[in-house]
Amino acid sequence: MTTLFTILFDGVAYGMLLFVLACGLAVTLGLMNFVNLAHGAFAMAGGYICAVLVNNSGWPFFAALPLAFVTAAAIGVLLERTLYRHLYTRSHLDQVLFTIGLTFMSVAAVDYIMGSSRIFIKLPAALEGQFDFFGVGIGRYRLMIIVICGLLTVALQLILSKTRFGSRLRAAVDDPRVASGLGINVPQVFAFTFAFGCGLAGLGGALSAEILGLDPYFPLKFMIYFLIVVTVGGSSSITGPFLASLLLGIGDVAGKYYVPKMGPFVIYTIMIVILIWRPNGLFGRAAAR
Amino acid sequence: MNAVSDVSSHAIARARWRPAEIAFWMLALSCAFLFPSRYLIMTDILRLALFTLSLDLILGYAGIVSLGHAAFFGVGAYSAGLMALHGIINEPVIALVVAGLIAMVLGFLTSFLVIRGVDLTRLMVTLGIALLLEALAERFSNITGGTDGLQGIEMQPILGMFAFDMFGKTGFFYSLIVLFLLFLLARRIVNSPFGLSLRAIKNNPLRASAIGVPVNRRLIAIYTVAAFYAGIAGALFTQTTALASLDVFAFERSADLMLVLVIGGTGYLYGGLIGAVVFKMLQELFQTITPQYWLFWIGLVLVVIVLVGRDRMHRWALWLPNLIIRQIAGRKAVVAVPESDAP
Repeated sequence: MTTLFTILFDGVAYGMLLFVLACGLAVTLGLMNFVNLAHGAFAMAGGYICAVLVNNSGWPFFAALPLAFVTAAAIGVLLERTLYRHLYTRSHLDQVLFTIGLTFMSVAAVDYIMGSSRIFIKLPAALEGQFDFFGVGIGRYRLMIIVICGLLTVALQLILSKTRFGSRLRAAVDDPRVASGLGINVPQVFAFTFAFGCGLAGLGGALSAEILGLDPYFPLKFMIYFLIVVTVGGSSSITGPFLASLLLGIGDVAGKYYVPKMGPFVIYTIMIVILIWRPNGLFGRAAAR
Repeated sequence: MNAVSDVSSHAIARARWRPAEIAFWMLALSCAFLFPSRYLIMTDILRLALFTLSLDLILGYAGIVSLGHAAFFGVGAYSAGLMALHGIINEPVIALVVAGLIAMVLGFLTSFLVIRGVDLTRLMVTLGIALLLEALAERFSNITGGTDGLQGIEMQPILGMFAFDMFGKTGFFYSLIVLFLLFLLARRIVNSPFGLSLRAIKNNPLRASAIGVPVNRRLIAIYTVAAFYAGIAGALFTQTTALASLDVFAFERSADLMLVLVIGGTGYLYGGLIGAVVFKMLQELFQTITPQYWLFWIGLVLVVIVLVGRDRMHRWALWLPNLIIRQIAGRKAVVAVPESDAP
């Protein structure tokens, strides 16, 4: 019974992490209908920034996290303004080719600058080890991830549903032409959203170095996971990808624990079954574009 | 009635062999005698060309964007390797066809997943299937040899007469013949009414179904055929290199494949063949500059191609040949700009 709870706990932490990593993609891919396979590259950028700051410059871990967010967002907004925005109206094939190209470039560039081996971030002592909670081993680091990601999720949901910016974004997504007719600066809203999503990915990358492992091939290795979150979760709200992330995280951890030999097999099978059952995702809109 | 005869005469005119096409194949054959020391790299190009032809069938003609076409390549490669290794089917030509058929069955089964949903779901399902197979091959490493790959494949002579030699001469002619035969088949397919209906589906699936084209059945059919082609390409890979390892399923292989097709241009069959030649030359060039980081340059080429625009790039590439044709023959360009696939 206690192992079950440990798996559940680890799975939730893993899923929360995936959600923070992928929710930017849920917006660009699900809402703006732009296939951005380079999303993992932003996460990797955040992870490496954090690693360099903590390991080489001696910054405290918690000070480096916001900077990982800011840097990844800055890179995101730069690329969005210079490159991505020309591609919103192009075919999906063009978008796929372009973002695969970007991913390859980022992989080779990071390999060149930082070396190809896995990078570890030195954690503060307070985050290491685990404690017992009614017999269930709770990892401190994972608990912190659940707290941070949980707060972020609530904040995101509130921003989307309660603030003026949230309603602008939803309007711009539902019908860009009418929204701009109402005086909403649609490209600006998209650019800001894109940057925010990249920033979240960067933060997720920094947090995930300990759990998922950070090396130059990160964007390629986890591309499929991000896509699963978005397609299985659907794009109508932020709740869909969130639940999909939790499902994916718990499924992956449980699969690796109970049938370790099957490796990632469990996840892919779950994904394919779900997509046969509901092609537009578990919580998707009936008519996806 | 008139419209029907228009369509059919147009289709027949398209299907006619043009002098440029005959010249292309003569050139391909003459390469065998021009560069007798380069058989291995030329065989490599032919294999890649066949594999790209397979992607062109589904991407260029039916508009299915696939990120996991390596799945069928890998299945073909492992089937051919295992058959040769355990002596199930010793004759390479039969083994080649059987490997293609195995990939074809897989293609048929997975096509039901692929035709569901929109582009995004397709991307993910195709990618997922390739990753799934890679995980399977890794899991059953007692059969597939794991990361070391299949070791000690001994190929028997083709048709019992032509043994594979170490310079790759037999392999080259074998690959060229297979490529040419399958190209003829593909040419027949895309110029048939079936091929026309695929183009209709690609341009607008809703309209195609409104005029009575069974969209899903056509997509399943072409996806299955493309899987057969990819399986043959994979089997050729194993037979000519006596090698099959986990990287036949790798994502990079599928991504490279898209680059090859995009360089050559989609939707006119020769794109894959021309793209394969250009891609291999680029690869050689980049590997001499930076052996370790050529992934970066491949990525840069992709980004630049998309930013310049595929149509514009092909217009530039065709500018010189068109100019020459116009000067000499005094007529409008015969080399058509490949169809764009704007949404």
